[in-house]
Amino acid sequence: MGHRVGMEVSIAVSHAVQMARAEAIAAYPITPQTHIVEHLASMVANGELEAEFLNVESEHSAMSACIGMSAAGARTYTATSSQGLALMYEILFIASAMRFPIVMTVANRALSGPLNIWNDHGDIMAARDIGWIQIFAENGQESYDHTIMAFKIAENHKVLLPTIINLDGFILTHVVEAQEFLEQEQVDKFLPSYHPRFTLDPKRPVTMGAFAMPEMYTEVKFAHEMALRNSYDQILKVWKEYGDLSGRYYHPVERYKTEGAKVLLLIMGSLAEVAEIAVDELREAGDEVGLLKLRLWRPFPFQDLREAVNGADLVIVCDRALSLGGAAGPVMAEVRSALYPLAEKPAVLGYTVGLGGRDIQPSTFKDVVRLARAELAQGPQQEFHIFGVRG
Amino acid sequence: MIEIRFHGRGGQGAVTSVELLALAAINEGKFAMGFPSFGPERRGAPVMAFCRVDDKHIRLRCKILNPDVVVVLDPSLLRIQNPPADLKENGIIVLNTNKTPAEIRREYGYKHTLVLVDANRIAREVLGVPIVNTTMLGALLKATNVVPVDSLDHPLKERFGPLAVKNFNALKVAFEQSIIEERRP
Repeated sequence: MGHRVGMEVSIAVSHAVQMARAEAIAAYPITPQTHIVEHLASMVANGELEAEFLNVESEHSAMSACIGMSAAGARTYTATSSQGLALMYEILFIASAMRFPIVMTVANRALSGPLNIWNDHGDIMAARDIGWIQIFAENGQESYDHTIMAFKIAENHKVLLPTIINLDGFILTHVVEAQEFLEQEQVDKFLPSYHPRFTLDPKRPVTMGAFAMPEMYTEVKFAHEMALRNSYDQILKVWKEYGDLSGRYYHPVERYKTEGAKVLLLIMGSLAEVAEIAVDELREAGDEVGLLKLRLWRPFPFQDLREAVNGADLVIVCDRALSLGGAAGPVMAEVRSALYPLAEKPAVLGYTVGLGGRDIQPSTFKDVVRLARAELAQGPQQEFHIFGVRG
Repeated sequence: MIEIRFHGRGGQGAVTSVELLALAAINEGKFAMGFPSFGPERRGAPVMAFCRVDDKHIRLRCKILNPDVVVVLDPSLLRIQNPPADLKENGIIVLNTNKTPAEIRREYGYKHTLVLVDANRIAREVLGVPIVNTTMLGALLKATNVVPVDSLDHPLKERFGPLAVKNFNALKVAFEQSIIEERRP
């Protein structure tokens, strides 16, 4: 079962959305997300996907329309990037607070200014606290797989939360590569049609999105927090079921050659594959360095991370974004915070890499390991580093 | 793994070339990546496109800095940049030119193996337009056996529909007419 295809990753994602039988799509095109929604629009126009495709005048409207369509009970999808995600900002919180299982692809791209269309994680990190499930893909295959799984996770009645699949702009979206597709029957069996708990229906009127007085707001936010935290178990169940179906198993924290490693690199997204090559080269040279790949960003997999760093002296977090004036990149701050309660814990150092599309070769990660070791030996002199800044 | 870098000008179809090549390789059961030099497309400006082909899953997700092959679609690029500057020592230069290997070596000092074809003429004759991206794939396949010539048939049909036949013919003519001159010691 399943078949192998060569395809641009963006187009593969649009096929995943088609195979998931999305019923409603509202989107505004933005580089590097454009090919995904362009292709979906053409599928709808050609009758290859039975869905409502709503062309809107902005991402603010795209997310607003998605909320309306999801409220009406449709399986709803959108995609955006960078400035588009920023323009959606206020509506993103509403989608999750109202518990609509919208699935969104974010083709990660740097935020302006200066204007830059290339890849980093600045866009999603600025929207970190929107209360959505957030997952990172490493390659085309994972982009396809996680798009299909996202609907099943989001629509689970124990979850009912919107879900973002992050894929690196250009580095993934614009690459033609080999992928395995499931057969439509397999997807249909894995992902039955969406059965909403409540729908907007004139025959049975309900109020959705009512306002909350100070007496209620805290309780509603507590419920949202619990829902997002508790989605962890359901996410793992869906990943397991998909693994049994496809042979491709996914974990919140993926480990690569971590056995006996005293030094661990940690990164999210597609550069993890490049980091693997650096780890291979270091291991061949007798240097026991390992790699952790953080797949699940929200809810944050605290326990998995604590177990994964067991035995390491140093964790080097390679952020793809900045928290200007803050502790470090957002991932480094989170990792250090997650490990702080441990009685025995590794040192955590932060090296932000690959901002605004800066090309990252395997040698970058080897340089980072060398620099971090030296820094640890002499005692950290600064909160974190931005790697490769030219003087 | 073989790493191939196309040099062209925006609008000449370098990205299409690497995509077709990657699709052909994947259809052959190999692993491949075809991708553009990321950025805004600028018609007429020098652009690059990249293709990696391997027998296993490819993890390198960065620019190709030391290619095995450079393919130059537009001969005018040679006067303003040096496409093979970072080519591997045993690498191959594939050029669209009406010059002889001796003339090219004299003019640019290249020591690498040269594969030369007058793709402008072939494209004009076979396609009726001087768009050489598919024609130059023929020269590339003469230079390397990265995929068999016939493997391009299906990707060309998918991409160009009724125009695929002409493109495939231009590719095959270029394959026949390409001249190979081995590396100078």
